[in-house]
Amino acid sequence: MAAVQGGPVDAVEEKDIKTEPSNDGCGSNSTNDGRAASASPGSGAPAAGAKPAAAAPEDQQTLLAVLQFLKKNKLTESVDILRREAGLPEDSLDLKGADSSAAGSGGDLGAADASSLLSRVTASSSAVVQAPTKAAGEDQPDVNVVLSAYSQQGDPKLYPVYYNGLKRFIESVLDCHRAELSQVFYPLFVHMYLELVYNNYESEAKAFFEKFRGDQECYYEDDLRILSSLSKREHMRGNETLLDFRTSKFVLRISRDSYQLLKRHLQERQNNQIWNIIQEHLYIDIFDGMPRSKSQIDAMSGSLAGEAKREANKAKVYYGLLKEPEIELPLDDEDEEAENEEGKPKKKKPKKDSVGSKSKKQDPNAPQQTRIPLPELKDSDKLDKIMYMKEATKRIRLGPENLPSICFYSFLNAYQGLTAVDFTDDSSLIAGGFADSTVRVWSVTPKKLRKVKSAADLNLIDKESDDVLERIMDEKTASELKILYGHSGPVYGISFSPDRNYLLSSSEDGTVRLWSLQTFTCLVGYKGHNYPVWDTHFSPHGYYFVSGGHDRVARLWATDHYQPLRIFSGHLADVTCTRFHPNSNYVATGSSDRTIRLWDVLNGSCVRIFTGHKGPIHALAFSPNGKFLASGATDSRVLLWDIGHGLMIGELKGHTDSIYSLRFSRDGEILASGSMDNTVRLWNATKAFDDLETDDFTAATGHVHLQDNSQELLLGTYMSKSTPVINLHFTRRNLLLAAGSYNP
Amino acid sequence: MADREERRFAEVSRESVKLMAESAGVELGDDVAALLAEDVCYRLREATQSSSQFMRHAKRRKLTVEDFNRALRWSKVEAVCGYGAQDALPFCPAKEGELFFIEDRDINLVELALATNIPKGCAETMVRVNVSYLDGKGNLEPQGTVPTAVQSLSEDLLKYYQQITRAILGEDPHLMKVALLDLQSNSKIAALLPYFVYVISGVKSVSHDLEQLNRLLHMVKSLVQNPYLYLGSYVRSLVSSVMYCILEPLAASINPLNDHWTLRDYAALLLSHIFWTHGDLVSGLYHQILLSLQKVLSDPVRPLCSHYGAVVGLHALGWKAVERVLFPHLPAYWANLQAVLDDYSVSNAQVKADGHKVYGAILVAVERLLKMKALSLSQPAEGGSGGQPGSAVGGRVSSPGLSPPPEPLSEAALGIASHLQAGGAGCPWEEWTPVPLPAMYCELYSFFGDSLAVRFSTGPGFGSYPPCAPSQLADTRKEPCGPASNPDTARKMPQLTANLNISPRQDGSPRTDPPPPSLAATGPGRSLARSSSSSSSSVQRSRSSSSRPGQRSTGPSRDVFPKARFTSPQAGLPVFTFLIGGRQMGRRCQGRRPFQTAFAPTPPISSVPPRAYAHKLPVIGRVGKPVRRWACSHYSLHLPL
Repeated sequence: MAAVQGGPVDAVEEKDIKTEPSNDGCGSNSTNDGRAASASPGSGAPAAGAKPAAAAPEDQQTLLAVLQFLKKNKLTESVDILRREAGLPEDSLDLKGADSSAAGSGGDLGAADASSLLSRVTASSSAVVQAPTKAAGEDQPDVNVVLSAYSQQGDPKLYPVYYNGLKRFIESVLDCHRAELSQVFYPLFVHMYLELVYNNYESEAKAFFEKFRGDQECYYEDDLRILSSLSKREHMRGNETLLDFRTSKFVLRISRDSYQLLKRHLQERQNNQIWNIIQEHLYIDIFDGMPRSKSQIDAMSGSLAGEAKREANKAKVYYGLLKEPEIELPLDDEDEEAENEEGKPKKKKPKKDSVGSKSKKQDPNAPQQTRIPLPELKDSDKLDKIMYMKEATKRIRLGPENLPSICFYSFLNAYQGLTAVDFTDDSSLIAGGFADSTVRVWSVTPKKLRKVKSAADLNLIDKESDDVLERIMDEKTASELKILYGHSGPVYGISFSPDRNYLLSSSEDGTVRLWSLQTFTCLVGYKGHNYPVWDTHFSPHGYYFVSGGHDRVARLWATDHYQPLRIFSGHLADVTCTRFHPNSNYVATGSSDRTIRLWDVLNGSCVRIFTGHKGPIHALAFSPNGKFLASGATDSRVLLWDIGHGLMIGELKGHTDSIYSLRFSRDGEILASGSMDNTVRLWNATKAFDDLETDDFTAATGHVHLQDNSQELLLGTYMSKSTPVINLHFTRRNLLLAAGSYNP
Repeated sequence: MADREERRFAEVSRESVKLMAESAGVELGDDVAALLAEDVCYRLREATQSSSQFMRHAKRRKLTVEDFNRALRWSKVEAVCGYGAQDALPFCPAKEGELFFIEDRDINLVELALATNIPKGCAETMVRVNVSYLDGKGNLEPQGTVPTAVQSLSEDLLKYYQQITRAILGEDPHLMKVALLDLQSNSKIAALLPYFVYVISGVKSVSHDLEQLNRLLHMVKSLVQNPYLYLGSYVRSLVSSVMYCILEPLAASINPLNDHWTLRDYAALLLSHIFWTHGDLVSGLYHQILLSLQKVLSDPVRPLCSHYGAVVGLHALGWKAVERVLFPHLPAYWANLQAVLDDYSVSNAQVKADGHKVYGAILVAVERLLKMKALSLSQPAEGGSGGQPGSAVGGRVSSPGLSPPPEPLSEAALGIASHLQAGGAGCPWEEWTPVPLPAMYCELYSFFGDSLAVRFSTGPGFGSYPPCAPSQLADTRKEPCGPASNPDTARKMPQLTANLNISPRQDGSPRTDPPPPSLAATGPGRSLARSSSSSSSSVQRSRSSSSRPGQRSTGPSRDVFPKARFTSPQAGLPVFTFLIGGRQMGRRCQGRRPFQTAFAPTPPISSVPPRAYAHKLPVIGRVGKPVRRWACSHYSLHLPL
């Protein structure tokens, strides 16, 4: 096409590439058709047909498709009306029809093309019939439609040749461009393979796969394994990974120079096959400036759908902390302190830097206090806040020279399988979720767990007495352990409310349950996910909570609503872990698509996409000041992110197995990570955050230059006794608690 | 890569599909079956893929049937029932034909119903906390010691623990036996292991009571033999306790009537048992043990009973340990021992008796060394180290069953008890080069004389070692040559013995032309063909004589062992002196120097010629019953030879 059309179209296309949203379903499909037609080099005709298409690429093509459908169904009247309204020339449709058949005339492929075209049309017909005039609005990614985009034509024999040609070209370019251009290999490889499979060239597909799989980066190994098991067109129908490849464009960041180089090469060679794939399935995010180095690229790539677009991380994030409510702190300390050890009601709070002094002035990066409505503080909450402040004054300042002590909570005899653990903020309770659907809550202080008395008994007590809160408790029920029954599948996520009155648990049965820790009964079952719910987390201010699961969305709930308030959708695979920002205005989710997203609770939009992990993410932790995020994944690495700039700022290597827990110390100096390799590792977070270079270029382009200083940042490795570490928690005085189940 | 990738997936063959279809009463065509098979494979992989997600979220490493069933359920497929067991399912082949199936044993319900050993319910799930790291430093509770939280034991276990310890340490021998037997076979005492280990570490406090020590050692043995116990790092603690019994000058040994020798023998036997069965649990254990034994052996201040312990300990660890530690130390040690044995004063009687014990132990150890070494030379292929047997007999290389896996010597010793010598700093390993057998034999012969030779002659198949190593062969030649000096003809009859039989030493007359097995003269460059084919005594003699003057000129070597008996002016003996001295100066100078100085002030030279002494002592150590009995049982237990 380039040969025919020359310069001006280039500009259009480039604009197209950059502005086009990640459209899915029919929209992109029709675009595709238009392209396929105009790009077919064999026919001389396309010049005329392609001009209008290039001028208004989206609508025009959609309209053409609709027209074609109408015509096929002999709705000539509608055809005329639509044509008149859209101002299309009479011959455009015929031309397109001729075009596609011309494209299909390459031998025996014609039949396949026709049938796929048919399938596309029939598949989309339901949408069209329901709303024939609003055909452009059909955006459900129907599987057939999605897949039919692969009905590309081309000689299967030539695929390896094309690929090899590109490979040779990229190997021959200057070093500085080679790394960038090499990014193209993986998506190209995947899409070429899928095209072959879709068009039933099974043996060619296999040969192609075997020949070039070795060239792919090792961190795509998991996806390649899935791909390799797929060798039939029928398989593609139900394969989720595959849908991801198709419905989302693979995003590449390439410098303008490199991109021009690539484009010129493809145009010179008339390599339309590859060019088409790049056009249809890839989103190339072009930036001006120096090409990136291999290490820079490797740091950011690895996710299911390439890197994040730069625009995706441009939105402003109010990462600052909310102003603390002003509570006068009683100055009578010492003697009261001793009693409080026992665990008078204390309350969780958003973690603060230094509590008292700083809270007066508003942080410029903080969201407005009322940006999202937060619950009023109750008296007991205020009391707890005071407790928290008192404890905070006795907090140990941690640092490289002053490492925390570690207490390990071992779950013994957990034959049923421990799957999740959580501590209350004041470290008085510990809860475990088990694979046998139970939730167990233990008191780790001498204070036993008691239920509230029954209604009849409650009538008898003196409601005016001072110790009414004590009197309502049933002493007979005091025990160290309470078991909560209710779920019908393994409990995968568990979270205490900050006021310690509630406990959330999410399970394989598709529900999230809210339990009362006063009565030890289930209060609500939140249904909505309908698939296993992998994780849930209470907001640090209570009331809200977030859950994420196998249905690839995260949901925001309020405890008093049985339906979700927000649905955060965008991940391309399961949402594996969820976490609230300390200011409750944002939610971070990690997913098996190997990305982390940050969502705005206010409007449900995705404000950050972090790529760089090479495996499903299983642990997230916000730094106490709200500025940074740490994430741990099955690739046994911890990555650090600057939320404000949307940048990766650190990589901590050292673990040898999946990381399941991450936690910052109360003042954020130390990051603790716990892993399946039975170790807890402590990292110097202060140093990691101070050392980062945030010059303008880095901030503007998002090109991080990470130095490999994991070893300097690693402060200690602590072995457990063959116990995987599945939760970590810093007490208010900075003692590190770790938990896991002993598995001999 | 591609191959492996292919095989990573389960494949269902089209025959299987056909078979299954047949069993459902459907006849399938080939192409249909092939298509189905491929689809089945794909669906299997898909299900496996999604089931792994359930495994990951359950924070497990092992994919269970349950995970798989969950994946099936969520993809709207019927679950597979009946395989939910936690244990691995045995997958066995049928004898005839290539058929594999999952073993499904019949369960006798009657037996099950009437069973007397009713399984207990699972223990309650609970949370226990312990401070693992204080201020990020160290483990508060070093591994191998007893946890302080005794109360975390269940009532039953506590009772059991008390009963057992009382029975073992109590008076009733019958009760003790029962207790030990139970300790040996009880499968539920894993939680008590640290406590027992702690009890055993109490050996230090009962060193006056042989009986108690013995009981504690028996306890160790029972624990070690219990197949259900995973000793883990407690091995270190146990070894340390056992080593205490072997090496320490126990309070009980002050009284000569106490038979602490037997205790040491038993402990040594136990040590080897622990080592061979559990040595892999602690890295670097072998070398730590060797180091501590070596340290004791080289410490002249230690009493003889400690030395005895070191020797039997080395012996128990196998002939390689003897070769590696005892043999190089022998020259230095011998002087010391000699002095003791030659002191006929009354006050020395007890010490001298002890000395005889040590002598006997060394003799046994050394004889076995020679035998095994000869054997290993005759079967070099077994060692898997082919080629040069002479150089391959290092403690680490040959005979996989005998030597522990190679370990870094500088292995950090965490929480090591006092009786395990930490590797590295204190006592550096010497440059150790294997000594060829004949040289070794000659050297040993110089110490033990005929008491050794007699032993040796009974050794099996010594003469049949292949004449590969030139130096070693040359040495063999240098033995006083007799008619049977050709190794090929002396297959049955050990060659050395034959030589010795006709050697002038046999009749006790002073030797005028002693065998000169000098290492200096037998350079490694000596060609194999020449030495093996010629076997002419004249060559040997001329060589030895030519080498002698050169050696004599090495003056300082004489001062090294001025008190050693073989420096006596008798003819022939200087050769040995040179031999040792030469080696001293040449290769192992640095390593040996401390020992030389340590032995400098030993009593004056005895005028008794070595052979005469050796003749006087042939019985010692052979009568020492415990030693022999132990040694024999040791062979039979642990040696593949």
